[in-house]
Amino acid sequence: MTSLIPPGLLLLLGALVVPLLGRVGRQLVALVLPLVALAIVLLAPEGEALRSHFLDFTIVWLNVDLLGRLFAIAFCITAFAGALFAAGRVNRVEMAAALLLAGGAIGAVLAGDLIAFLIFWEMMAVGSTVLVWCGSTPAALRAGQRYAIVHVAGGAVLMIGVVGHVALSGSAAFATLTLESWPQWLILAGVLVNAAAFPLAAWLPDAYPEASPSGMVFLSAFTTKTAVFALLRLFPGTELLIPVGFVMVLYGLVYALRENDVRRMLAYSIVTQVGFMIVGVGIGTAMALNGAAAHAFAHVIYKGLLVMAAGAVMTMTGRRNATDLGGLWRSMPVTMVCCMIGMLSIMAFPLTSGFVTKSMIAQAAVDDGQMLNWLLLTAASVGTLVYLSVPWFLFFQHDSGLRPPEAPATMRAAMILLAALCLGIGLFPGPLYALLPFGVEYVPYTADHVFAQLQMLGGCTLVFFLAQRYLRRRTVPLLDTDWLYRQAGPRLVRGAMRLIVAAASRAQAVAGSAIASLIATLARHYGPAGRFGRTVPVSQAAIWVVVLLLAFLVAEFA
Amino acid sequence: MIGQLPALQVVVPLLAAPLCVVLRNGTLAWLLAVATSWAALAMAVVLTGQVLAGGPIAYAMGGWLPPWGIEYTIDSFNVLILLIISGSAAAILPFARHSVADEIAPEQHARFYSAFLLIMTGLLGMAATGDVFNLFVFIEISSIATYAAIALGRDRRALTAAFNYLVLGTVGATFYLIGVGLLYAVTGTLNTADLASRIAPLLESRTVIVGFAFISVGLMLKVALFPLHQWLPNAYTYAPSVITTFLAATATKVALYSLLRVAFAVFGAGYVLERLPTEAILLAIAGTAIVVASTTAIFQKDLKRLLAWSSLAQVATIVLGVGIGNAQGLAGALLHMFSHALTKGALFMAAAVFALRLGGTSLERLQGAGRRMPWTSAALVLAGLSLVGVPLTASFVSKWTIVLAALERGWWPVAGFILVTSLLTLAYVVRVVEALYFRPSAADAPAREAPLSMLWPLWLMVAGTFYFGLNSSIPMRLATQAAALLLGVAP
Repeated sequence: MTSLIPPGLLLLLGALVVPLLGRVGRQLVALVLPLVALAIVLLAPEGEALRSHFLDFTIVWLNVDLLGRLFAIAFCITAFAGALFAAGRVNRVEMAAALLLAGGAIGAVLAGDLIAFLIFWEMMAVGSTVLVWCGSTPAALRAGQRYAIVHVAGGAVLMIGVVGHVALSGSAAFATLTLESWPQWLILAGVLVNAAAFPLAAWLPDAYPEASPSGMVFLSAFTTKTAVFALLRLFPGTELLIPVGFVMVLYGLVYALRENDVRRMLAYSIVTQVGFMIVGVGIGTAMALNGAAAHAFAHVIYKGLLVMAAGAVMTMTGRRNATDLGGLWRSMPVTMVCCMIGMLSIMAFPLTSGFVTKSMIAQAAVDDGQMLNWLLLTAASVGTLVYLSVPWFLFFQHDSGLRPPEAPATMRAAMILLAALCLGIGLFPGPLYALLPFGVEYVPYTADHVFAQLQMLGGCTLVFFLAQRYLRRRTVPLLDTDWLYRQAGPRLVRGAMRLIVAAASRAQAVAGSAIASLIATLARHYGPAGRFGRTVPVSQAAIWVVVLLLAFLVAEFA
Repeated sequence: MIGQLPALQVVVPLLAAPLCVVLRNGTLAWLLAVATSWAALAMAVVLTGQVLAGGPIAYAMGGWLPPWGIEYTIDSFNVLILLIISGSAAAILPFARHSVADEIAPEQHARFYSAFLLIMTGLLGMAATGDVFNLFVFIEISSIATYAAIALGRDRRALTAAFNYLVLGTVGATFYLIGVGLLYAVTGTLNTADLASRIAPLLESRTVIVGFAFISVGLMLKVALFPLHQWLPNAYTYAPSVITTFLAATATKVALYSLLRVAFAVFGAGYVLERLPTEAILLAIAGTAIVVASTTAIFQKDLKRLLAWSSLAQVATIVLGVGIGNAQGLAGALLHMFSHALTKGALFMAAAVFALRLGGTSLERLQGAGRRMPWTSAALVLAGLSLVGVPLTASFVSKWTIVLAALERGWWPVAGFILVTSLLTLAYVVRVVEALYFRPSAADAPAREAPLSMLWPLWLMVAGTFYFGLNSSIPMRLATQAAALLLGVAP
């Protein structure tokens, strides 16, 4: 079918057109294009659909397969919901950047070979950087610069890897790699940068919360999940990914506990959830891969929902710190309900999307006999109780006295849409399972699954509220203190944390001053007055001519 | 008429140049120059079609047959150069009017356009001729006109810059002439093809080797290859913006073309690449040049100067492609000439617009201009992306070809070097972007977008960098053919 427009390209065209349109026009384009893209994704037959010739290569721009289609569907839905959420509140640049990011992501997951994937990948980097900048605060500008550096470097590593891989193997096929040559390791490294794998995770909580409320919706949906997709496609069953994923889970949880800024808390939770998916990729059985893919699908939706809720609160109150908020359920009931549904999903409460997807990964570990991994996964799931705090801080806890009006209709519509999807997938997981790439026979609603999960969540909730009361009496600012560690007893953990943080900031300071002095030295030599940059007298320049002539003669007669 | 195109290509601008002075009126001279440049472009396009369809064209000037008369040979190599020169001129001259009106005294306008056309004549002649002495004549025509044009810059430092270039340029041209003299002494001929056949048995002679060294060094000075680059930063910084744009897009590349033509067509690929340590010399020089020039560019405080240093690094990248020494490296180098001409032309055009609207091009003056002059700034950013070699831009295609050539020879470090030094390029592009978009404007900063007559050529160039990034088949075909031609293998 040659007349097929690649859906990614469609959104990219939209990104080009949007800045030229008026206010209404660009809203319409941003809303309609994801739907058109979704229709194309759903209707397109499987297989390669668009090739072009570039240099000596044939680039396959579009290759619809089950895995790519699953991700593309999730991305189209989120792009639509995000545009709905953003309607009327973003300028033309931000809208274009959001479409560029969404188009890059959709293009990347439907890419037919590594080169097309790389090109779309770089577009995502550009779009997401601009989105961070569109936060339009001085902090956003600086965060965007750091974000750009990380992603340009990551993109360069990926690019060297792809170039090397194509040169060595002669194939740009977008298929499983074996990690037997160094370019493939570089590809893995480049992808892991975008997946926010520890220790390269800091860019994510650093940059995302600085974007505008609607900007963060787009940011949190695409970049990391495209990386998960790439891992699923390129490195399924790579055991190295299991520890990488676990470290991400723990890292995200620990830092989320320490965080006061609700949006930053959500950013850390992205790292955690992506960690679960990467563990699934690492386990590598069909069930685990399906679980990772399904969890990515569910995650895009419920995380979008949670970010929207936090964004709606921030839009209505102008505040983002947990300590400044609370008691908003009185005046923002719809947002509260949607946020609760998102929270239940992220905690994998039965009847929500998280339950039917996340448990697949744990089940895969059991099926494969990896009991240690199963234990770790379950233990880490306990940690997700931290997400209780998101709706708790926003809508309940103490009454902050704020009575903002309910979020505007478009925002509410977007949140309701995603909340409905969370519940829909949780209640009727059949259609989602049917979309999964490896064929699945998994029944989430067995008695033991449900009871085990309910028990765990019940325990978690109990602990959470007990800890809450403990906290209240102490009237310590929430989450600024390490209450979980105190509750658990060992002050040791806190001390260790402090040491690590101190060592890290020390190392950063040392590295920072080393870089600063390097730059100063370079500037001295290369600046306009430096040895290389200054204007040289003509006589001196003429001497160089002679020197070079002599060098030539010596080289040629030697 | 069509048969005379190789001569007309050079003669038309040569005749138009004095006509500009005779007209005296700046506007009329401008119109004449624009018409001439478009005619030259049309001729170059027709010639390209002929070469692509029917192979090289030989033209005997005045009916005197070679080796006695002067011969012009048009093949896929110099037709690419003719396209670069005439295409740049055809885009820059319509763009020039406002910038020239601002930077140059009205009574000098006619002479300015005359100088511009003479530079163009010289460059076109250098590209078209098949005679080594005739090449020297055209080098001098373009050089002398360039000295005069640089000296017209409104900053008084333009005078010293022009003087320095005059001294060094003369040294370079003289070296070239000494080399040609040595070759003439042993062969008795000046025609390229004739020279090649007569020099073959003499290649081990000391005279020929010394001649080759003189020619190489002389032309390398014109290429502004490190460490013979010292004339260039000042010349580009203080010359009138239009002249800088034209020179940056064309001059160093035409000089490099001449060097390659003489080296490969006269001495032969086998001699240059295998007998002599050319690869090692070029890689060492180009590698150093890329690092030093890019790093220096990062620390510049003036946009034109920054771009001048960037040009040095980019020319060195082209030389690096040549130094890789296989057909693909050479093709990549030729392609990079083409893409860099587009890219750097667009960047210097943007600089010219800023010079016009903001009264200067220091990065300090550019602060916050992203909001006040959105179209110019956006064009600068897009062209900057092409400079870095972001995929979908013309520079990506050419750099990629060079990288692949290095990989083909198994030279991983060279391929890695090109990719890593792209980060240096990114660093100085980011500095400009930072000034444009992330710094507040001064309170009294002038705020007007460029006139339309400047914007459309600028955006045409930018569109060109992206068009040829997506569809590079024509320049690619020319470059591949030319590389095969130079290396003496069948394409």
